[in-house]
Amino acid sequence: MNTELLGIVASFIITLLIAIPLGKYLAKTFAGEKVWTDFLKPIENAIFKLSGINPAKPMDWKQFLKAMMTINILWLVYGFFVLLYQDKLPLNPDGNPGMTADLAFNTIISFVVNCNLQHYSGESGATYLTQHFIFMFLHFTSCATGIAAAIAVFKAFRDKTTADVGNFWMYFVRSITRLLLPISAIIALILAFNGTPSSYAGKDKIITVQGDTVNVSRGPAAPMIAIKHLGTNGGGWFGANSAHPLENPNYLTNMVEIIAQFIIPVAMILAFGYFINRKKLGWIIFGVMMVGTLMFMVPTIIGEVSGNPMIAKMGISQPTGSMEGKEVRFGPMATGYWSTLTTVTSTGSVNGMHDSMVPLSGLWQLLAMMINGFFGGCGVGILNYLVYLIIAVFISGLMVGRTPEFLGHKVEAREVKIAALITLLSPFLIMAGTALSSYMFVHHGNADWAVKPSSWLNNPGYHGFSEMLYEYTSANANNGSGFEGLGDNNIFWNVSTGIVLLFGRFLPIIGPVAIAGLLGKKKYVPESAGTLRIDTVTFGIMTFAVILVLNALSYFPALALGPIAEHFSMK
Amino acid sequence: MKAQSNKLFEPALVQTALKESFIKLNPKVMLRNPVMFTVEVGTVIMLAVSIYSLTNHGQGSFTYNFVIFLILLITVLFANFAEAIAEARGKAQADSLRKTREDTPANVIFEDGTTAVVSSSRLKKGDVFYCEAGDTIPTDGEIIEGLATIDESAITGESAPVIREAGGDKSSVTGGTKVLSDRIKVLVTTQPGESFLDKMIALVEGASRQKTPNEIALTILLASFTLIFIIVCVTLQPFADYAKTPITIAALISLFVCLIPTTIGGLLSAIGIAGMDRALRANVITKSGKAVETAGDIDTLLLDKTGTITIGNRKATQFWPAPGINQAEMIKACVLSSLSDETPEGKSIIELSLNDKGESPREIEKLINQYKALPTGEGLGGASVTFIKFTAETRSSGIDTPDGKRIRKGAFDSIRNLVQKAGNKFPDETAERVKIISSNGGTPLVVSENEQVLGVIELQDIIKPGIAERFDRLRKMGVKTVMVTGDNPLTAKFIAEKAGVDDFIAEAKPEDKMNYIKQEQNSGKLVAMMGDGTNDAPALAQADVGVAMNSGTQAAKEAGNMVDLDNDPTKLIEIVEIGKQLLITRGTLTTFSIANDVAKYFAIVPALFIASIPALQSINIMKLHSPESAILSAVIFNAIIIPLLIPLALKGVEYKPIGASSLLRRNLLIYGLGGVIAPFIGIKLIDLVVALFI
Repeated sequence: MNTELLGIVASFIITLLIAIPLGKYLAKTFAGEKVWTDFLKPIENAIFKLSGINPAKPMDWKQFLKAMMTINILWLVYGFFVLLYQDKLPLNPDGNPGMTADLAFNTIISFVVNCNLQHYSGESGATYLTQHFIFMFLHFTSCATGIAAAIAVFKAFRDKTTADVGNFWMYFVRSITRLLLPISAIIALILAFNGTPSSYAGKDKIITVQGDTVNVSRGPAAPMIAIKHLGTNGGGWFGANSAHPLENPNYLTNMVEIIAQFIIPVAMILAFGYFINRKKLGWIIFGVMMVGTLMFMVPTIIGEVSGNPMIAKMGISQPTGSMEGKEVRFGPMATGYWSTLTTVTSTGSVNGMHDSMVPLSGLWQLLAMMINGFFGGCGVGILNYLVYLIIAVFISGLMVGRTPEFLGHKVEAREVKIAALITLLSPFLIMAGTALSSYMFVHHGNADWAVKPSSWLNNPGYHGFSEMLYEYTSANANNGSGFEGLGDNNIFWNVSTGIVLLFGRFLPIIGPVAIAGLLGKKKYVPESAGTLRIDTVTFGIMTFAVILVLNALSYFPALALGPIAEHFSMK
Repeated sequence: MKAQSNKLFEPALVQTALKESFIKLNPKVMLRNPVMFTVEVGTVIMLAVSIYSLTNHGQGSFTYNFVIFLILLITVLFANFAEAIAEARGKAQADSLRKTREDTPANVIFEDGTTAVVSSSRLKKGDVFYCEAGDTIPTDGEIIEGLATIDESAITGESAPVIREAGGDKSSVTGGTKVLSDRIKVLVTTQPGESFLDKMIALVEGASRQKTPNEIALTILLASFTLIFIIVCVTLQPFADYAKTPITIAALISLFVCLIPTTIGGLLSAIGIAGMDRALRANVITKSGKAVETAGDIDTLLLDKTGTITIGNRKATQFWPAPGINQAEMIKACVLSSLSDETPEGKSIIELSLNDKGESPREIEKLINQYKALPTGEGLGGASVTFIKFTAETRSSGIDTPDGKRIRKGAFDSIRNLVQKAGNKFPDETAERVKIISSNGGTPLVVSENEQVLGVIELQDIIKPGIAERFDRLRKMGVKTVMVTGDNPLTAKFIAEKAGVDDFIAEAKPEDKMNYIKQEQNSGKLVAMMGDGTNDAPALAQADVGVAMNSGTQAAKEAGNMVDLDNDPTKLIEIVEIGKQLLITRGTLTTFSIANDVAKYFAIVPALFIASIPALQSINIMKLHSPESAILSAVIFNAIIIPLLIPLALKGVEYKPIGASSLLRRNLLIYGLGGVIAPFIGIKLIDLVVALFI
């Protein structure tokens, strides 16, 4: 086995070795069972006391969502103003300017919703204060919000019939104290020891071999980069994200970062099985997601390793594969592995330029984000999967001649309505956004804007179309990776993606929590021989087919005009 | 039931359905079905485009546009036809029932006692009429006075007449049946036009057809798919502008119509109507479509033992003489004691003795005839016999013969009392035998002569042939069967095991049924039961599916949500299967419809863009002739798949009790994978033909 392949296989195995016990641990922690981190309880209780919260108070799904939305709106308002006036606030050694209103709008939404589109560049567009107390802070809270919502859904299905989905504040605080803080501290240490800066000093001056003077941005980056991966946030300290030599100095940190962004999505799936005492269901869901992930990963890696066909046409051999936009210290395989995992989960950090990958890799990245349910973001991944599950349960329930049941609760018109709306939402946001930008580009290219629409795209043609499609897809999936090559820091893109981000985040949380709340309240129907079991391989295949067909049908024309057309025209 | 046609497409029905297909084009009617409504809108747009293309360029030729318009129109008509033919079949079925009850003269008795003949259609609820031998009963009602034999063959197809009498559970009469003997006074219990049959016809006709919960949920899902495809098609225009590819309206609308789930959308209501129609063909009147659907979800089935699991009554199966008693002698005594016994049990004793090998049947016959010739009565002395009737007090019956023998037949303890009172010993062997019979689920009848035990007759329940297999089938469907019986727990357990039911309620009182149903429902299960008596009514109302027998009381029929015209207790099993079939047909056709889209994309998307993006020729994997032929082939396929699937929608997809996962696997393979592959072949074949004309 060659070293490159060995590297990604090892990464994957280590991920599983951590995620499996972590899943069990999470299930126990949130079920209130005894775990070894219980020594942190006094700290949690102090937090609750200080905030005047009774963490034992049961909540129904509406109360739960109200609590969740209130605190999220608070962060939106607070962050917006701090970003706007960051130039006048302390901890700005490099003297970076404040954000424009549209950029602040886009940026704060994008961090609250766990996306991090980053239409700014960290080195010049943010201060240490905002990096730390807005971005890093939201890295923790947005991830904890997602996990809390997922646990509420778990809770609704754990009991036979219940209106109580658990206390939002309890789940939220525990996600941070018991999971995110301890693990990100370890990761931050590893990064710091490998060369990631962790200092409050401003830019460093170095003189290159050629004698030029270069100012190198620094900052307390290591802790933020740790949680950026662990919390599937993806918003890095530096503009080039994890392709930047200080953000991701060597192969070891590369492994740590890719493992960090995959463990919680995997652990949450398994935790679902443990939490509701259906271990097998957790593994079946994991299997479906893994097959989906491999479906994107294998062709991506093969495509990148075989090199760019256009370069091959010129008679140039590419022994190391397609290296455009890739870091020599990682190579195409590690970048292919990363690009798949960062798009199936909602991390969106990059260790190479997605824009430069072969067209079909772009197709797999797009599809992974369009589906957004193969692992997905912290907590929200399983919520998205739940929507697919409801549709799969509904159709297959009919196919076996019984009113569809999900974990012992009858799925009826109301739940189907919510699931159908959420399913509808993604194609609507992605396609409407792309259609609008295409329309502006074609028909109003010379509009009298600060950035003319006609100058948005570095690469017109199929690739330019992919860039626009990618931006909205990434926003809707709350992924945050960019195809780049798109002039996106202007009012059109900041506002339109900001809106997509908001809808793409909160409706897919509200919907599944509502479904779970409604189903949980219904009478529990015991299983019989006529009941369709959902923890079987057959049902796993059914869900997989539903996911694939639904998404293929929604996006085929758009994908055909973007990466597919580009791919075939390169042959 | 006569006039039952098993042909799917009766010419007369097809004609009405064709006419209806056009009437249903009314947008107000179409709006009930969001999927097909959008197709109709597309059709209208295409008509406008066709007219526009007569004088203008840029939207393709008039012929091409007009052909697309025609195909879309036909698609809508096909869908309407599916619904119309299902309605027509259901209506025809109901009509053949209704015919029997049209305008028969009724002899109404007014409050002052006078009578008059009025038409049955003018009878109101609360009116009283009388019927004599030879009259046809004008409408549904309840006998308030008298008793009559009635020929119900017009409704049930059963030729043996039945007895109906005032009071009790056999007081209900059905319009259209015929009185054969005697005279009855009947109270009208339904308003004109509100009989069960009228309600059912209204359900089939559509005016009052409510969508069932599952149907609503599915419609929502289909509507959301339709919305997704609206988004896909609307956004395609700016995408195409970006790619510098003009797309004609015809192509956009064709893509849209092909993508939305027209197959299931067009067949959805037909499937629902066909479900009710199938119930009607099984001679079950359902009061709502929901009841049929619920039947498919049933978890627990309550069945009366007698008549459902066992053949009506117990039968004598064996004579067990006491020690020292000659078998032939015992049999003779048994026969004599049963001579005046008109109960089925008594008759079965004589039947058994005639077939018994011990005594020659001829001798028994002789004996019977000899005794029948004798005068009866008490105190006549000499040559007369005295029959002792069964009373609750003695719990035995028998005969006093002219030669002074006192033969008694009865329950174990009553005969034992009799024997022991006379100072005789009850033989241990016989007592032992009695115990064995009881524990085997049988009923022992002890026979004595002059207070000496002669032996025991064993009576056994006869389990209906084939019933165990049916229960096995139900178990595989996940339905739990519960036997309800008045027997003691021991007997009940024996029969329950022999018949293969999962549970039983012994020594059941009416409230036991009710409690059992509530208990099952509290644990989240759906319960079905069948009943006929007034005391069944609360339980029938409580059950999720309550099937009343047509012979039952009006109260029972009102309480249930289905009425079985055949009075066949095993009908519940069929009803469960009809319900399941209904859901399966919807589910599989939905899957098929969605799976079809994959191939349609591969036909239409390359056709849309090939002119400006030649590279996309690579995804024209069917190698279709030209963009026009590709689009035409896809819409034609989309249209003709509807009529091709009408037979399946009307007959229903077969239900196999092979376990939910296996069934899912099977249907997923046939309708899912099949649904992906079939259109690739279909569209390619159509394209080969279309290419000849382009």
